Amino acid sequence: MGSAQVVPSTSSPLQIDALSKRFGSLIAVDNISLHVASGECLGLLGPNGAGKSTLLRSVAGRVLPDSGTVSIFGAAAGASEARRALGWIPQELALYARLTCRENLISFGRYQGLHGKLLDDSVAWCLDWAALQDRASEPVKNLSGGMKRRLNMAAGLIHRPRLVLMDEPTTGVDPQSRNRIFEMIEALRREGMSIIYTTHYMEEAERLCDRIAIVDHGHIIAEGTYEELVRRTFDTKSEVLVHLTGDGTQEWVTQRGGHLVGEASQFTVAHATEVAGLLAAIAEAGLELIDISVRRPNLESVFLHLTGRGLRD
Amino acid sequence: MVSLRRDGGALALSFILPIGFFSIFAVIFGGHRESTPKLTVIVADEDHSTASQRLVRGLSNEGSLVVKLRPTAKKGAEQPEYTAASAEEAVKDGAAPVAVIVPHGFGENPISFSGGNEGSRIQLLKDSSDMIAPQIVAGLLQKVAMTSMPDLMAEQGSKYFDQLVGLTADQRQRMQSGIEDLRRLQQNPQQGTAQSSGFANGGIIPVQTRDVVGMNKHNPMVSFYAAAIGVMFLLFTASSTAGSLLEEAENGTLDRVLSSQVNMTLLLAGKLTFSTLLAFSQLILMFLWAWAVFHLDLWTHIPGFVVMGVSTAFAVGAFGVLLAGICRTRAQLGALSTLLILLMSSIGGSMFPRYLMPEAIQKAGLLTLNAWAIDGFTKVFWRDEPITHLWPQVAVLLGAGIVLFVIARRLARRWEYS
Repeated sequence: MGSAQVVPSTSSPLQIDALSKRFGSLIAVDNISLHVASGECLGLLGPNGAGKSTLLRSVAGRVLPDSGTVSIFGAAAGASEARRALGWIPQELALYARLTCRENLISFGRYQGLHGKLLDDSVAWCLDWAALQDRASEPVKNLSGGMKRRLNMAAGLIHRPRLVLMDEPTTGVDPQSRNRIFEMIEALRREGMSIIYTTHYMEEAERLCDRIAIVDHGHIIAEGTYEELVRRTFDTKSEVLVHLTGDGTQEWVTQRGGHLVGEASQFTVAHATEVAGLLAAIAEAGLELIDISVRRPNLESVFLHLTGRGLRD
Repeated sequence: MVSLRRDGGALALSFILPIGFFSIFAVIFGGHRESTPKLTVIVADEDHSTASQRLVRGLSNEGSLVVKLRPTAKKGAEQPEYTAASAEEAVKDGAAPVAVIVPHGFGENPISFSGGNEGSRIQLLKDSSDMIAPQIVAGLLQKVAMTSMPDLMAEQGSKYFDQLVGLTADQRQRMQSGIEDLRRLQQNPQQGTAQSSGFANGGIIPVQTRDVVGMNKHNPMVSFYAAAIGVMFLLFTASSTAGSLLEEAENGTLDRVLSSQVNMTLLLAGKLTFSTLLAFSQLILMFLWAWAVFHLDLWTHIPGFVVMGVSTAFAVGAFGVLLAGICRTRAQLGALSTLLILLMSSIGGSMFPRYLMPEAIQKAGLLTLNAWAIDGFTKVFWRDEPITHLWPQVAVLLGAGIVLFVIARRLARRWEYS
């Protein structure tokens, strides 16, 4: 079962060139260029307000960019062919609260031009994929948050698009529901669907995405696979996390070139042998060491290094 | 439609409330063909002469008046008859809109062709907020005077004639004989003036009244209020239905829909279609209720009802979509729709007939959907006019609907893109 309209298979699922969008004095998207390969999951990682949602809405045709182009399988964003090939899962729960799960899917399926057996089959597939078969006749307002999220995702896929935009689909769900959503997304990936996945959770990007673009203040500040991003930023360096107490801890850490990450202090060391020197310096400063761990840098570290802020700041 | 079906409150407001309001108006103003609406009038006879008593009796026999000579009995004890002072107090208290005071000395000079003197002049005390009752009573007074005291009229007339022209003794005698004959005819205590049909008994100018419109109608105001109240509630429902557009804009479903194969024009057209069908359903239910409970003759007017119903439903549906396009939030929609709909309904004739309003307001009413819809339904159900005579109403309603929809589409551009 595929989309109703056949689009040239040689066209890239998504090609964005020099896209910019301004809202008044706020530059939401600033000269962003991106592409998504067929079957690829591209993560857009960045804090709230980075411009991820505006970028996705531009791709979905809901925002008219000030400049730049968006091409979906060769068709301009907003064109009928593009809409047919594209599925959009917005960050808000865009569902009809008084309608049942099945009725919501039928409604959105009809909006996508589906009818008859094709619609019935699509609805059945969506309910199965979202594990909502036994809640199919339940009004949405009676569902749990996790179920609503799953239905929200299913409604964006009712027409079996070839490119899906997922805007922070796990917002506000419990860990169990989040895992379930991850499994759903992995099932889509196995079917070869191309995905753009936005999140401000590093672990989601690590788990689901083939490539990651880090977005901040409307720019892409780094792009690549997880390994490429970490290696490009930190090479072979490691991170040392220490929990310290004592007077002047914050000043000492900053002076030493470290960062405060929550209650811990983070240092980057080129070699493990530098750890001994760090411990000696802590002792010399009269600070008390509570805990120490060494790890490879992650995306959070990359973001912190590039922007000076945490992903959740 | 599913959302509406599952929202019990909204469903009740859409269908039950209009029927309830219409029923209240139909009971109050519908009336029954067999009985004539009566006007209460207080009469204080301070003369107690033969002439005044005949006048009072004539007024009492008038079918359109309820004459009160004394206040309502208290605890079974009969109250004394009204005097001039107590009658005036009663009008001030709202016991009746009009009081007739027959002064002492009326009988000595009951008829005057020159305005009469101060002492014999009947006083009419009125509540100035009622513009109709005093005029009716004043007219009936003259009528009753002519029909209950023709002998006195003749006697007074002959006196003036004698003074001006002069009669011989023989002529005077024959004149008096005729007056006596007339007086004997007036001895019948049930002598009164006629009702709306038939000849005026004893009237100087024979008058016959005949119904040319609505003679076979059981309940004349029912169809008026079914249309009048119906249109008003249709407007409320249409604006509420179109408010779903604002709700969808707020909760994100509109964004999702517009990212699909549905564009804004198609979406609005769908909203308009649903509003039209819902409004027409409301009208069907209201008129069926009117037929079942108030015996409205619905079945012989189906074609006219359908034409007017669909036209009205389309126009109010477009009005609702326009309101949604104008407003930014549901709160704004609620406030604006209430204001506009009440204004339109009051000057458009949904609350009381436009023919009772000043001419300038009647003309202003033509700017409302209510006026055209009510006029059309009146043509169908009251005047039994053919469908072809409905073209002005249909043209205005359909044309207004199209214009309102086009404007709404233009305003909806703000939702098409961020």
